[in-house]
Amino acid sequence: MIIASLAFYLFSIMAVVGALNVIFQRNPVHSVLWLIFTFFNAAGLFVLLGAEFVAMILVVVYVGAVAVLFLFVVMMLDINVVVIREGFLKYLPVGALIGVILLIELAVVFGGWTMAPQAEALRVLPAPDPSQITNTEALGMVLYTNYVYLFQASGLVLLVAMIGAIVLTLRRRPGVRKQKISDQVNRDAKDTVVMVQVQSGKGLS
Amino acid sequence: MLTVGLSHYLTVSAILLTLGIFGIFLNRKNLIVIMMSIELMLLAVNINLVAFSSFLNDLVGQVFTMLVLTVAAAEAAIGLAIVVVFYRNRRSIEVEDINQMKG
Repeated sequence: MIIASLAFYLFSIMAVVGALNVIFQRNPVHSVLWLIFTFFNAAGLFVLLGAEFVAMILVVVYVGAVAVLFLFVVMMLDINVVVIREGFLKYLPVGALIGVILLIELAVVFGGWTMAPQAEALRVLPAPDPSQITNTEALGMVLYTNYVYLFQASGLVLLVAMIGAIVLTLRRRPGVRKQKISDQVNRDAKDTVVMVQVQSGKGLS
Repeated sequence: MLTVGLSHYLTVSAILLTLGIFGIFLNRKNLIVIMMSIELMLLAVNINLVAFSSFLNDLVGQVFTMLVLTVAAAEAAIGLAIVVVFYRNRRSIEVEDINQMKG
């Protein structure tokens, strides 16, 4: 029990430290690396909560896909690091003000917060006993039956995102020589070859 | 203090959400860091959902966490594509320069 509590404090403090570094780092590349660190610690928190599958998905999707995407874009765009920090102090007070106000509001909400007594009865899908069935298996049994439309819809969201990203970044540059296969296939002999009957002894004038 | 309850997880997620909002205001010169701050806020939402799911023994929270993950990945892909297109046109990713639509 004490080990779990210590692990919670370790993961949560490290996640908050990582988030602070994401915001305050000068170099965007360092920001991305700290973001990866934060995601790993959040995955640790999920494991502590007994949601192993979501923790692994978080590592695979975020660290494996999203963070690498960020890293690619940060390195592709040649950003001037010095210029980026101009006006940092100008926005610090208003940002800090809004952050503090939000934190106070959240603290007020959490301070006067209790679980409703009928909350247990209102559960939609009571989780099965972890000693009988693993988290991944329970989630799979729910995801492909009760929430199959949601599952398909999220697949559609990813498809639209993929097509959108390709359409947005695809461009045709003028002056680049490229093979156009359709032009090659559509080329007809009639348009290019002229048959000439040459009489002997006269030649082509 | 040593028994970790639901409110502990909610506090961590509240701090992460606030840091995400703070980051949006702080990094006006860099659109990519703003998108990272949005990812932090989505992570805070995920921690909230999983914490409630775990303490109420209800699996729906984890199902919705996966939906949030999907939408976050799609948002990152589209957003970064827009940033790349914008950088090609204007050679900068400052928020102040994005005023073409006069919105």
